[in-house]
Order: sequence, then C-alpha cells, then structure tokens
Amino acid sequence: MADKPKLALYWASSCGGCEIAVLGLHEKILDVAAAFDIVFWPCVMDMKYADVEALEPGSIDVCLFNGAIRNDENARMAHLLREKSKVLIAFGSCAVGGAIPGLANFSSRDEMFEWIYYQSPTTENPSRVFPQRRTDVAEGELELPAFWNTVKALAQVVPVDYYLPGCPPEVQSIELAVNALVSGAVPPSGAVIGLNIAVCDECPRERQDKKISRFYRPQEIIPDPAICLLDQGLFCAGVATRAGCKARCPQVGMGCRGCYGPLDGVYDHGARLLSAIASIIDADTPEEVEAVLDTLPDPAGYFYRYYLPQSLLRRRARENGQKQSAAEKTPVATPTN
Amino acid sequence: MMSDSDKFTPVIVGFLCNWCSYRAADLAGTSRMGYPATLRDIRIMCTGRLDPTFVLRALQEGADGVLIMGCHPGQCHYQEGNYKAIRRFALLKRVLRQMGLEEERVQLHWASAAQGLLFAETVSRMTKQIQALGPLDWSRNWPNEEPFMLLQPYLHEEAAHGR
Amino acid sequence: MTESRVGVYVCHCGHNIAGAVDVEHLSEWALDLPQVVVARNYQFMCAGTGQELIENDIREYGLTHVVVASCSPHMHEKTFRNACERAGLNAYLFEMANIREHASWVHPNNRSAATSKAKALVSAAVHRVLKHQALEPMRVDIQPTTLVVGGGIAGIQAALEIADAGYPVYVVEREPSIGGHMAQFDKTFPTLDCAACILTPKMFDAGAHPNITLLTYSEIEQVEGSVGNFRVTVRRKARKVREDVCTGCGTCWEKCPVKVVDGVFEAGLGYRKAIYRPFPQAVPKYPVIDVENCTYFKTEKCRACERYCPASAIDFEMQDEIVTLTVGNIILATGYDLFDPRRIPQYGYGRLPNVFTSLEFERLTNAAGPTGGKITLRDGETEPRSVAIIHCVGSRDKAYNEYCSAICCMSSLKFAHLAKEKTNAEIYNFYIDMRPIAKGYEEFYHRILAEGVHFIRGRVAEITDAAYGPEEAGKLVVVAEDTLIGRQRRVPVDMVILAAGLEPRRDSQAVSHLFGVGCGDSGFFTERHPKLDPVATVTEGIYIAGACQGPKDIPDTVAQGAAAAARVLGVISRKQVLLEPVRASIDESRCSGCRVCNNLCPYNAIEYLAEPGVSRVNAALCKGCGTCVAACPSQAITGAHFTFDQIMAEIDGILIDVSDREQSPIEVLA
Repeated sequence: MADKPKLALYWASSCGGCEIAVLGLHEKILDVAAAFDIVFWPCVMDMKYADVEALEPGSIDVCLFNGAIRNDENARMAHLLREKSKVLIAFGSCAVGGAIPGLANFSSRDEMFEWIYYQSPTTENPSRVFPQRRTDVAEGELELPAFWNTVKALAQVVPVDYYLPGCPPEVQSIELAVNALVSGAVPPSGAVIGLNIAVCDECPRERQDKKISRFYRPQEIIPDPAICLLDQGLFCAGVATRAGCKARCPQVGMGCRGCYGPLDGVYDHGARLLSAIASIIDADTPEEVEAVLDTLPDPAGYFYRYYLPQSLLRRRARENGQKQSAAEKTPVATPTN
Repeated sequence: MMSDSDKFTPVIVGFLCNWCSYRAADLAGTSRMGYPATLRDIRIMCTGRLDPTFVLRALQEGADGVLIMGCHPGQCHYQEGNYKAIRRFALLKRVLRQMGLEEERVQLHWASAAQGLLFAETVSRMTKQIQALGPLDWSRNWPNEEPFMLLQPYLHEEAAHGR
Repeated sequence: MTESRVGVYVCHCGHNIAGAVDVEHLSEWALDLPQVVVARNYQFMCAGTGQELIENDIREYGLTHVVVASCSPHMHEKTFRNACERAGLNAYLFEMANIREHASWVHPNNRSAATSKAKALVSAAVHRVLKHQALEPMRVDIQPTTLVVGGGIAGIQAALEIADAGYPVYVVEREPSIGGHMAQFDKTFPTLDCAACILTPKMFDAGAHPNITLLTYSEIEQVEGSVGNFRVTVRRKARKVREDVCTGCGTCWEKCPVKVVDGVFEAGLGYRKAIYRPFPQAVPKYPVIDVENCTYFKTEKCRACERYCPASAIDFEMQDEIVTLTVGNIILATGYDLFDPRRIPQYGYGRLPNVFTSLEFERLTNAAGPTGGKITLRDGETEPRSVAIIHCVGSRDKAYNEYCSAICCMSSLKFAHLAKEKTNAEIYNFYIDMRPIAKGYEEFYHRILAEGVHFIRGRVAEITDAAYGPEEAGKLVVVAEDTLIGRQRRVPVDMVILAAGLEPRRDSQAVSHLFGVGCGDSGFFTERHPKLDPVATVTEGIYIAGACQGPKDIPDTVAQGAAAAARVLGVISRKQVLLEPVRASIDESRCSGCRVCNNLCPYNAIEYLAEPGVSRVNAALCKGCGTCVAACPSQAITGAHFTFDQIMAEIDGILIDVSDREQSPIEVLA
C-alpha cells in the first residue's frame, strides 16, 4: 500500500454535490481506490485536523479541494492542504470561481446576517441573537470560524495547480482528470482540465442568426425543443461557457447556467456574457435597448452566477451599497451628447 | 470633506474611437483647448471594439472612472459599431449599478472629429463629477485578497464580525 | 523566443512638447519600464536625423519593439513605421504615444501634470508594444474597371481621364442625362464662356467613349465587397423607351399631349412633356416616360408616342432592370443640392413672385431656357428695371449653414453682369464679404464694379412688398443695414435673385452608409485628410470628387475629378493594393458555432459554415472595426493589432502609477 500515491479530498464552503459527483464515478471509484491511497476525506472517513497536520509537507500526492473560501476554517484547511499536497486541484465551480456561495459577494456580511438571522419572514428572533465568534458554555469557550465579508475562490487564497470546474464536475470531466493523473500525462500547471470550447459545440439545438427583441424567463414560454434557447429569448450562458457537460441543461430546455466557467484566457466570464448578450439585442436607440433589457431582471446575477469572486470586480462595492440601492430605482442614464 | 475632494485628482481611462473622438481629442490639442489632465486615453478602432472587460479592468486597476467616446449615432465610420456600443453600455451600466458603482463613474459620449471643444468640455465635466464622488480605489473592497499573496494561514480580513 | 528589447524615443517637437513636458525626465523614466533597453529624447523625431536615430538603434541594440512618444498617430504613424521597416523591423512592432495633442498642447501650464500624463501614455505604449506581433499587409488584386457615381462635370472628368488611359468605366447617373448642374448654367465665371459650349463636347465624348458605359436614369442599390472587388447592384429604372432602337428624333415628345412643369432641369420655370429629354444636348439622347404624369399610365389611354414613333421604340411594359457591376474602385461625384430659400421666410421666396433663386436665374438668362434667354419677371414679359442680388443665402449663417458656399460671390457677380448687359437695369449686390479668391476672380470683380453695379455691404434683413411710399409701390423692397455707412437702407427693386448656398445632397447620409464612407456634421463626404488627401476616403478604393466633398466651383471640381481619376489609375496600374492587416480572424478550434457574431458585421464579412459548425471571417471584406471581437463570448475572434492582450496590457500600462497608489512613482497633479 505504501507505494500507492496518496489522495485527499476536502469540502470547504460547498453543498456536498462535488462529493456526490466523485461517488458518481460508480465502479470507476474502485479504480481510484485501487490507484490511490485515500488519506483524508471527511465526507466519508472519520479523520481529524490533527491527522492532516501530522503529515509531512508534500506527502499527499493529489488533493481534490471543493468549495469556496468564505471563512477562516476554509482558509485554514486550504493552507494546510496546500502545504501537505504536491498537486492541489480546485475541484468544482466553488473552488474554481466561488460559484453559488460567491453570490454572497453581491451583499455584505452584515446585510446577510441581518436578513438570515432577523429579517427573513421565516425567522423569529426578537432578541436579535446573532452568531458570535466566541461563546462561553459549561465546557469552556467555543469558537466559530470568522465569517468573511468576501467569498474567495481557492486560488485567491493559495496557489492552485489545476482547475476542474463544474457544478458539480461531470463524471467524464473527473475521469479526464483521474486518467491524466494516473497516467502521469498532466497538463501544464495552472491549466483547467477540460475542453477549450463553448457549450454550444456540444449542444444539439439548431442555432440561427441571433436577434433578441425580448428575453423570456423559463416559466414564460415553452421553448421549441429543436431551436437554440438563446435564439428564443431564453437566457443561456452556453455561448460563453466551457463545454464538457454535453450541454445537459440546454438539452432539457433549461438555459446553461455557466457552471463550467469561461474558456482559457478569459478574464471575466460575466463580461464575456454581457458583451455577447448585449450585442445581439435587436434595438438601436437607448430607449429601445432599455426596453429590451427590462425583460432581463438581475443581469449581474445571470452573468456572474458562478464566477463573481473570481471576476475582475470580485464583489459589490462595500461602502456604496446603501447609496446604490436607492440609485437602482432611478431610470438608467442614457448616453448624452 | 470638500477640501479632500478639491485636492483629489481623478484618473479617468478613456476609450476613444480612431475616427471621431480620437480626432476630436487631436483637434482639442491642435486648437490648444485646455482640459484637466485626468484623462488617459486608449485608442480603439471603433467603440464597437469596446469589450466590457476593458472597463472592468480599468476600474479594477485603479481608475476612478472610464470615459468611452465614439462617433455620433449614424456617423460611425463602420456604419453601426457605436450602436453595438450603446447596447453593451446599457447592459454594462445595469451590471455596474448592481456592483454598487456610482452612475457617473462610467460614461459614454459622442464627439465628431470636428468637436474638439465638446471633447474638452466632456472631460472637464466628468472630472468634476468624479471629484465630487471621491476616489474609487476599487481594490479596497477586498483587502488582503491578492491571489497567491497570502503567506500565513489564518489570516483573514477582519478579526470579528461586527463593527 | 528571444527577449524583447524596446527602444523609447521622446520627441521635443521643438517647444511643442518640450515646452510642457519634461522630456529629459520622461526618457530617463522610461528606462525603468519593462524591457526598455534604450530611451532617448530628440528635437524632432520625424526629421530625417530623428528617424535615423531609431534606425541605428534598431540595428545596434537589436531592438524588437519601438515606441515613439510624439504627436498623433494620425500625423506620423506611417513615418515611423517606415523608419522601422527600413531598419528591418516589422512596421507593426511599433507604437506611438501621443504626448503632443493629448498632453503638452492641452496641459500647457502644468508641467507636472503634462509630464505625468505623458508618462502614463508612454507606459501604456511600452506595455502594449510588447504584445505586438509582426503583421504583413494584405495584397488584393485590383479589377481594372471603375465606377463613377454621378454624371456631373466631376464625374464626367473623372470618367474621361480613366477611359482615356485605357481602362473601362461605368458612370451611373440618377437623371435621364449626364451633365449635372453645369448643363443648366448659361455662362461660367470669370471668363463668361458658355457652359453648354464647354460641357457638351465632354458629355458627348463620355457618351461615345468606347471605354465608358453610361447607366443613366439608374440608381445604386447595394455595394458589397471591398477595394479591388466591389460588387455593385444598380437599378436601371425603366425608361419605357428602348435604347437599342430609339433614334432620339423627338417625334414622341412633339406628339405627347401632356405638359408638365419641369421642376428639375428648368427649375420650375419651364415645361416639358410626359415623355421628355431633359435638354436638347442630353447624353444619351433617348427620352424617358414620366410614368406619374403620362396619360397612358393613368388611364390606359392615349399611346400617342407609341403610335407616332417611327422606330417603334416605345415599350410601356418595360420594367426596371437590376444590373450587377464588378469594379475595383469607386469615385463618388454626387454633387450638391441648392439651399431651399423657403427656409428663410423673410426673403419671401415662394411668396413674392419676383424673388428668384440663382438656379432659376440661370435658366432665365440661358438662351436655351424657357424665355429664350430674355430676363423677365415672373410674368414672362416685363423686363426688370432694377435687380437686387442677395449673397450668402443660407450660407455663413449659424441658423442654416455655417460654412461659406464658395461659389456665390462669383455667380452673383456673373448674374450682375448678365442682368446689366441684357436689361441695363440698376443692379444692387448685397454682400457680407466679397470673396473672389481664385485666378481671374478679383479682376472679374473689378470689371463688374466698373460696369456700374452697386455693392452694398450688409446682410439683408427682409425682402418685402409692403411699400412705405410711392417710390416703393409695386416694388420689392430690400431692407438691409449698409454697414459701410452705418445706416439702414431700403432699396426698391423689380427683381431679387437669391444666391442660394450649396448643400449636401438630401440623401448624402444614406449614400455615405451605402458606400461606407463618412460624412461629417455638414453632410459633405469626409475626405481621408483635409489637406493632404482630399480625394480619398477612409474606405480603401472609394474616392470623392466635386461638390459632394464640399462646396466648390467648376475649376476645382474638374481638378478634383481628375485627381480622383489619377488616384484610381495609380491603384489600377499597381494591379495590387496593400491593405492594413487590421482585421478579425476566428480561431476555429475555439469557435463553438454559437453564431453570436453572425449578425454583427455591417460588411457581412462573417459567414457561418454549417459544416464544421464554425463561423469564418472573410478577410477581404473585414474592415477591422472589432465589433465581433468584442462580442465573441468564447474570445475566439482576434482583432489583429487591437488584440485583447494588447489592449489589456495598454490598460495596465496606463494605470501603472495607480494600480498600487501607495507606492506611486508618478505625481499626478501638482
């Protein structure tokens, strides 16, 4: 057993879907088990931080790290596993780009706590009890990890060797990575393991010249099953999103959410989507353009659903938040002479 | 507060189209029309080339504002590139608003090659507007967040939740 | 790849830059920018010695990239690119920082601010140039055929020059005959030779030239392609007269019973028939049926022309014909429209019968015109005893056109002479400034002065028929301030001629879109350079000549027509043209075939290939605007010389001092 390479898996701020995806390898998981010696996998094996801390630096050959970095504990484990691992892989969209937990970057921690622990309709908290970093209980002082104001991608905390996006990564993507690692045919460091072409390449829907005179939300129309969803006015991020999923969402009538992220060399997934979507709006005057855009609520949410923390701006401005929510109600300024 | 903004000299990144607004800027120069030294311009062939990524990059890299200028609608050298710019700008504005950016930080205006004065006035006006807002300094929104720069474990932004 | 070695050259431009920017400090500072191995400042970089400096350094230091910080790239980019080429460096490994127009000239009193801005611009150029790639201009074969749009004197001249050189030319003219405005004129200033006498032979030459194909009564519907290979779709409107058999004998219009006011050629003063030839010397000689007024087309009766035509040339069933031309170059010579004086209601045109436009007067005084050359009032009989000529109508007036129409002074002098000569009336010229600026013009002005014509310096406020006294009764009173004597004057006259200004054609915007050329605020087509390249446009292969570029008189129009022809002949004789390689291309391995870009190109340069499911840019059609580049959601489209990496590097470079403000080495403003 000792000569088998050592594998670690960890979940930081994540939903657990990535763990399920690994299990989704089915019998292939046996190959993984056969090829690797799993030293750390809190989801399925009972292990403590101390067990990892006891390992020699670099003694883990490969670490699959999923989940975003949103608190001290996430960051601490990222650093710990970085130190102990030869190869650290950001596994899944949260680790790669912050993904759904990263949407919290559209608000501040205080706003979130206020809503979650006090204002939300299902919360009953008249005495305004909020989570504290330290609490004294009978057994002594308990400490919660500090909750960050800004969610980060793994690579914004520690250096990452490879990226495996997906929410969760599809089995074929994981296989691609596992095969590469097992065979030793690894791509150059820093690479995203996967295809470098957009989802449309795998999507069987027929695409035509694009002109959008209004956007529809999924509940508003029944899309033609054979035609490109975007051509029908349904938001689909597939045009700007890395393939590898076999266009699973568009195939069942749901526009691509963008979980595989942008192609190589793209700085900002949202900006690519924004530019492409705006370009195909069928309107010329600012007024007409605004009318079309009114049918696309929450554009930033659409464009940055998975990659806000890893985008150029990374989060909403912290201090302008209050001022802007008022500004949002004012009409959009149009270009003037 | 006022004296702070009086002292503050904004940095505005300009994206000027080669045919109209860049030549308007040239004309402002040839005609010695003074305007604040706040604009640093980048020439692109057409406002249709303006990738929103460029605007975001400029803001991320420390610009206090971004000024995009092109040919008047109907007078694009490439016929309709500026109409694409109108569309992208409108959507970009919506996204930037959601990101908490003030309206005046990113502006789109037109100037023909003959409108050197208009160009100079546009820069002056925007400079005043940004001075009133104060520095953007976007990177303050994520202290200690540079990738690969975090050397010691357990480092985080703030010690505890709360003010 | 070998390490990049950048040379930075800061130009003093005499005092123009050095007066406001600390050029010594700037070039020294530039040495710290990435990969910069040599940085110099020099009095005049564009001078031969300045260019040699660059060339020597390229050889000596093995420079891989060059940055010149001087004036606008619109001024000297070509100069320095050539210098790089001479030293064996690809022209596109060069970049310019515009520290004159965009720094020293606009921040002249703030040395610190101007220097800081210059630093940012130089830093941007250095960061950008490091991402530059060597590019080769595209070579395109040139079709030797040329299209001339507009058959006025500009178009005729251009067509004849090219045809005489042995190359085929198409002339497309909207009206039934070529000739343009000049065919309507009587005499031409300052020589007073008859317009028809000098124009008609040229029209005939153009009509008979074996290398010229006239497509009159035709309009251009579509223009595709680019220099060397334009495909132009022309609608040949149905004349209803077969050109292959018509002899131009004139029987048809003699027999035609329908009289129509001729609003085009006779400027509304005369009549023509429903089947007509605009004027006797028309080229081609074939008439055309005016379908809107022809009795047959209204009631299906008459057919007089058909019955009497000895050649059986009338064909009521004739339909518009669509012709496609393939041409290498295009000359636009679409001319001008006259300012409509109705827009100045206080001048009374259209309300006061004896107020005439300049074009109406041309027809009145023309021997072939409606009155046979007799100058009369609107009643067609009475000879005027006094005539006022109003200059600058619709010109030099911010309410209408700010520009000077260039020809009105001289045509007004000509009118004064003709009216004086033919009627011996008292002539009053109301002018703002006299601008007889070309050869023989000032002399002509003095000649008219000597003829006893009155000149009153002042803009006319009003022309009215409201008489203040018996001497004004029944007259038109011209009210103006005589600025030379500082008094208001009221001059009663029988006839007023409004020297209406020249305006762009009403459809010049649409035409500019059709051909992909610019037209400025005024609506005249924009030349590539106002001084050094007044006949080319920013679109390769499309040239402009005559009044469509701006108001001008006949000699200038002819000269520009010939100049445009010379440019075209130069291109044809080279057989190939080199085009800027600033173009888009698609990395097909990265293209998912999403088709976002397909609809964006105004030149239809992008086509989608169903197999293998990718889009492709036709480089010959691409003009390099970059719209598709910015739109591509896969970042699969590269815009050469304006690549994503280049512009991102420029942004990073231009913000070199603020991306980390704490340690800012640049002082932004003093």
